Amino acid sequence: MLEIKNLSAAIDGKEILKGLSLSLPKGQVHAIMGPNGAGKSTLSYVLAGRAGYTVTGGSVTLNGQDLLAMAPHERAAAGVFLAFQYPVEIPGVTTMNFLKTALNAVRAARGEKALDVMQMLKLLRAKAKAIGMDEDMLKRPVNVGFSGGEKKRCEVLQMAVLEPRLCILDETDSGLDIDALRIVADGVNALRDANRSMLVITHYQRLLDYIKPDRVHVLAGGRIERSGGPELALELEEKGYGQASAGAQA
Amino acid sequence: MQQPPSPAAFTPEPYKYGFVTPIDTETAPKGLSEATVRYISAKKGEPDWLLAQRLKAFALWQTMETPSWGKVAFPPIDYQDAYYYAAPKKKAAPQSLEDVDPELLKTYEKLGIPLKEQAILAGVEGAVAVDAVFDSVSVATTYKKALEEKGILFCSLTEAIHNHPDLVKKYLGSVVPPSDNYYAALNAAVFTEGSFVYIPKGVRCPMELSTYFRINAANTGQFERTLIVADDDSYVSYLEGCTAPKRDENQLHAAVVELVALDRAEIKYATVQNWYPGDENGVGGIYNFVTKRGLCKGASSKISWTQVETGSAITWKYPSCVLQGDYSSGAFYSVAITNHHQQADTGTKMIHIGRGTRSTIISKGISAGHAQNTYRGLVRMARTAHGARNKTQCDSLLIGDQCGAHTFPVIVSRDPTARVEHEATTSRVSEDRLFYCQQRGLSLEEAMALIVNGFCREVMKELPMEFAVEAQKLIGISLEGSVG
Repeated sequence: MLEIKNLSAAIDGKEILKGLSLSLPKGQVHAIMGPNGAGKSTLSYVLAGRAGYTVTGGSVTLNGQDLLAMAPHERAAAGVFLAFQYPVEIPGVTTMNFLKTALNAVRAARGEKALDVMQMLKLLRAKAKAIGMDEDMLKRPVNVGFSGGEKKRCEVLQMAVLEPRLCILDETDSGLDIDALRIVADGVNALRDANRSMLVITHYQRLLDYIKPDRVHVLAGGRIERSGGPELALELEEKGYGQASAGAQA
Repeated sequence: MQQPPSPAAFTPEPYKYGFVTPIDTETAPKGLSEATVRYISAKKGEPDWLLAQRLKAFALWQTMETPSWGKVAFPPIDYQDAYYYAAPKKKAAPQSLEDVDPELLKTYEKLGIPLKEQAILAGVEGAVAVDAVFDSVSVATTYKKALEEKGILFCSLTEAIHNHPDLVKKYLGSVVPPSDNYYAALNAAVFTEGSFVYIPKGVRCPMELSTYFRINAANTGQFERTLIVADDDSYVSYLEGCTAPKRDENQLHAAVVELVALDRAEIKYATVQNWYPGDENGVGGIYNFVTKRGLCKGASSKISWTQVETGSAITWKYPSCVLQGDYSSGAFYSVAITNHHQQADTGTKMIHIGRGTRSTIISKGISAGHAQNTYRGLVRMARTAHGARNKTQCDSLLIGDQCGAHTFPVIVSRDPTARVEHEATTSRVSEDRLFYCQQRGLSLEEAMALIVNGFCREVMKELPMEFAVEAQKLIGISLEGSVG
C-alpha cells in the first residue's frame, strides 16, 4: 500500500525529514508519534504535495504509483486524504457545494460519472447522518464559524464522502474536548476497512485510546526512530519522548 | 489498484465568443459628423422631433471633453476612424423568426441564445424572452405576442419609436439627459438600437426579458439605448448579455440604459458583460463606456442593478439609482473581474431624495495579472431624505502581485437623520485555501474558481437562476492564466 523509502524533505532550505522510511500495509492503522518539531506535520504535507516543501531524496509510492510525481489534486484522486490539523475556512462556499465539487472532480479523475444534484444530496445526507452530523451544517460555508469539534467532524464527513485509500490524520485531537474527541474517533473508526489504510499523526497517546493502531512509530529528528505495537504508545506516555528514544538507542 | 486516468487537464478556454459572422453588412460612411447623425435617423425612418434631439445632442457633444477622472488609461479615441452604423443587409425587415437570415440564427445558436420560442405552458418558469441586437439593429424579438396579451410592450427601440411614440417621447432622455456626460451625449446623437420595455399598471411580467447585444462588424461602435418603464404596481426582471469577436483594434461601446419605476413598481436589471477583453498582452478589446441609471420616481418603488463584469479592455460604468419617491429603494450588486491588462472603473451612485429611502451597495472586485480594478461610488443624502439609509460593502480580492485594487467612495449627507454605513476589505487568495481545495481533488484553476465564486456569492445569489450558472462558469474562465 503506502511505501515511504528514505524520504528527505526541506522547507526554506532547512531539511526536516532526513531519510524517513515507513511501510503501511492495506487495511492497517499506524500511529506516528513524536515531540513537537520532529517533522510530523511536514510528513503529512509532503505526502499531500503542498507547495513550499522540497523533496530532496527518497521515494513514496501508493499502490505502486509514484506519489511524488503527482500534483496535489491528482494525489487526492489517487486516494490520498489529509484531515487537516487546522481546517481552512472558505467563505461563501457551502459545505454541500464544496463536497459536491470535490467528489465530482475526484470521480471525473477516476473515470466515473458525475453525480447529479439529487444523487449528491441523498449521498451527503446519508453520510452526515452516519457520523451524527446535523444536516444544517451542509448549508453553512465550509468551516466558517464552526467550533473546533464541528471542524474536525466536517473533516471526517469529507473523508467519508471521498472514500480515500489512504487517510492521514494530522493531530486530529488538537483543540478537542473529550466528548468531541470521542465523536470524531467514532467517525474515523466507522471508516476503517480492509481496503483503507490510515496514518494517525499525534503528539498525545490520548487519541490512541479511541483509535486503536496496529503499529506505533516514533518520529524524531526527521526519521522513524522506533516502531512497535500499541503498547509503545503507553510507554511513551509514561516515560516521555526523551527517555523512550534513549531506550531505543540502548 | 489500477492507475487512475490522469485528471482531465483544465483546458484553457480562451474567449469562446470571438468568432465573426460572415454576413454582408451595410454601413454608414466612416466618420462622425452631422451627416452621420442624419444618415442614422433616416435609416431608421425617425420622426423629426427625434432627429432634432439627436442634432442637439451632437452639437452639445462637440463642446464637451472626454472625462479624465476615471482610473483608466487609453490613447485618445479617433472618432472619425470608426463606423457608427452597421446592419446586416436584408431585403425587408423580418416580420417573424422565419424571415431572419439563417446566418444570424446560427450566430445566436453558437452563442447559446435561444431565438426559438418554446411553447409556453401556463405557469412554466424559465422561459426567457429575447431581443437580439446585432451591431446596430435588432434582428429578432421573441415571445412578443405572448407578452402583448398581458399588455407588456417588449420590442426594439426603433419599433417603439414608430409604434409607441408617446411613451418614448415622454421617457427617452428623462433619466439620462444628453448633457449628463460625454458618452451619454455621444449616445444621444448616434444611438442605433436597443430594447424598449413597458409594463402596464398592476402587471407582473411572467418571464425574464432579455437583450443580447452582439458586436460583429469591424471598426464599428455600438451605441445602444435601452428604456424600461414599469408603471404603478408592476414588476419586471430584465437580463442583458454581450459578446464581440476577437479583434486587434479597440472598439467602442457607449450605451445608455434608463429605467423608470412608478409607484410601488419593481425593476430588477441584471447584466453579464462579456465583451472581448483583449488578449493577454492587452491588445484589442472593447471600450465599454456606459451610462446606466434608474429613477425610482414613484413612492415605494424599487430598482436593483446586478452586474457581473468579466469582459472589456476598459470598463467605465456606474449603474445608479435616483431615489425620488418616498420610501423607494435602490440596490447595486456588482462583481467585476479583471485579468491580464484589463482596467475597470466601476461603481454606483445612490441619490437619496425622498424620505425613508433605502439603498444597498455590495461590490466585489477581483483583480489578477496586471489588471487595475477600481470601485467608485457616491452616496448622496439630500436635505429632503429624512430617515434615509444606505449600507455599502466593498470588497477587493487580489490574485498575484502585479495587479491593483482601488476604492474611491464619496459620501455626502445633508440630512442629519440619514444614516450611511461603509465597510471595505482587501484580501488575497491565500495559499492555505488553495491547498485545502486541491487536497480535496480540485486542480489549481478549479480551486481558484471555487474560492472566487465564494467571494462573490452575495452578488451571484441576486442573479436569476438561468444566468447564475453561466456567470459562475464565466468567472472561472476569466481567471484563466492567473494562477500557476
